[in-house]
Amino acid sequence: MIELKNVTRRFGDTVAVDRINLTVETGEVCVLVGSSGCGKSTTLRMINQLLPHSEGEILVDGKDVTAMNPEQLRLNMGYVIQGTGLFPHWTVARNIAMVPQLLSWPREQIDERVHELLTLLDLDPATHAKKYPQQLSGGQAQRVGVARALAANPNILLMDEPFGALDAITRENLQLEMLRIQRQLKKTTVFVTHDIDEALRLATRIAVMDRGRIIQHDTPENILRRPASDFVENLVGKQDRGLKLMSLHTVRDLMDAYSQPRQPEPGADGLKEDDSLRVALSIMLWQNWNQVPVFNTEGQETGTITRERIIQEGA
Amino acid sequence: MRSWLPPVLLTALLGALSAGMPTLEPLFQWVQPDKQNVIYERESFLFLLQNHLMLVVISALIGTVAAVAGGIYATRPSGRDFLPLVSQIASIGQTFPPVAVLALAVPVLGFGEAPILVALILYGLLPILRNTLAGLEGVDATVRQAALGMGMSPFQVLLQVELPLAGRVILAGIRTSVTINIATAAIGSTIGARTLGDPVIAGLVNGNTAYVLQGAILIGLLALTVDSLFEAAEQVWDRRFLPQAAG
Repeated sequence: MIELKNVTRRFGDTVAVDRINLTVETGEVCVLVGSSGCGKSTTLRMINQLLPHSEGEILVDGKDVTAMNPEQLRLNMGYVIQGTGLFPHWTVARNIAMVPQLLSWPREQIDERVHELLTLLDLDPATHAKKYPQQLSGGQAQRVGVARALAANPNILLMDEPFGALDAITRENLQLEMLRIQRQLKKTTVFVTHDIDEALRLATRIAVMDRGRIIQHDTPENILRRPASDFVENLVGKQDRGLKLMSLHTVRDLMDAYSQPRQPEPGADGLKEDDSLRVALSIMLWQNWNQVPVFNTEGQETGTITRERIIQEGA
Repeated sequence: MRSWLPPVLLTALLGALSAGMPTLEPLFQWVQPDKQNVIYERESFLFLLQNHLMLVVISALIGTVAAVAGGIYATRPSGRDFLPLVSQIASIGQTFPPVAVLALAVPVLGFGEAPILVALILYGLLPILRNTLAGLEGVDATVRQAALGMGMSPFQVLLQVELPLAGRVILAGIRTSVTINIATAAIGSTIGARTLGDPVIAGLVNGNTAYVLQGAILIGLLALTVDSLFEAAEQVWDRRFLPQAAG
């Protein structure tokens, strides 16, 4: 758990972060969102003390960060930044092994962990472990960046616009990857972005920041349904709020489930349980379907969903 | 290993020429037919070579340690205030001729090896300092931020990240410094240091072109040898730290 109490950061006379209060519960993903210069990155860097705070108190698992040795503090926090910051003179494997090496893990354990992480992030250890960062694509490099942050199994993950420099398709892939990994690992995560769609997709709770203050701190659903101010309303976009709400829920939430999964008819078309309602509606409109079967990840048919129900209850 | 071939060959040639200069007497007789003595014999060339090299090596060692330490200090948070000053000194110093350093050092240190050593250290310091600053400043800021953010101490960041990444540029600075100083050291002969400049000075004073040639050839060959050594060292460095660039 991370708690910020009345935290202020000044640079000379300008106040970058102004008396903010924020609690990030264990295992949740807190996304700090706002335009550039709103203080979101500054807030993140105060949590690992790359920037000391001017006033207030920051507690990590109940302990004041200023009372801890900064290296010890950071070794227990994965850190991912835009542009990866991978070490260009080290191989992918050595980059990932960085924190375990600082913690003097035995050699075999480090090798095993590197292998495990490359596999977790969908990179083939045989082809990628010996490469250098310059030989990777942007998406692969950021996967390595995430793997490096996870290497020593930290409780906390700090991510500073990690996918900001990637193209749209790669970014979406990595967001999905992150959701999958987060479901497995349940790290307490603070994630900084200026992209509200990224925030809505990844967050357990979103903190909207503007000019050094937190305007609203709530679940994605509540941010969309009850924006606290015009600023938040403009940020989430007034017009397509309905569709954005639909993207927060999956087909699983609104389908009529069968009592038992069935074997599907061969060649049957349908939706997946994990598809968002927004995607589901889009596909159904395009294909002109009114009712379609739903499949689980094993390919079994587990229920059906109707267009009518999505339109009535989706948003 | 092919990169070591040129320095080995050049070293062999330098050694052979220093030891066997008298065998080339007919050649120099042809260059300078009016003189009886055409081979410089006041000191052996091997002794002069050794002394010359010693001056360069000592000044390079001291210069490297001082310049790298200064460059590191000026790029740390505690020394950042000095960075503009240090960079300026590094650039201005290059415009200061070594003869002027000698002229200023002799009244203080007297004749002999000491003043030339001071001049070589001061003059050799600057290319190394300039490259140390360039190399350390050139390290990608996100890399440094990531290293700190992941829990390295500032000292570990310096040793494991910054110096390996800046080292290639620093090495190039040392190479420039040493090559310049091999030539500069010869001037030491004007104030009583024993270097390969001795035959050159003696030749100029006595109007003996053969002496001048012998000194100049050996100085040039020494510079080439040392330069090719650095070339090889840089290739080794690339293989060690930048294997993807070396292919």
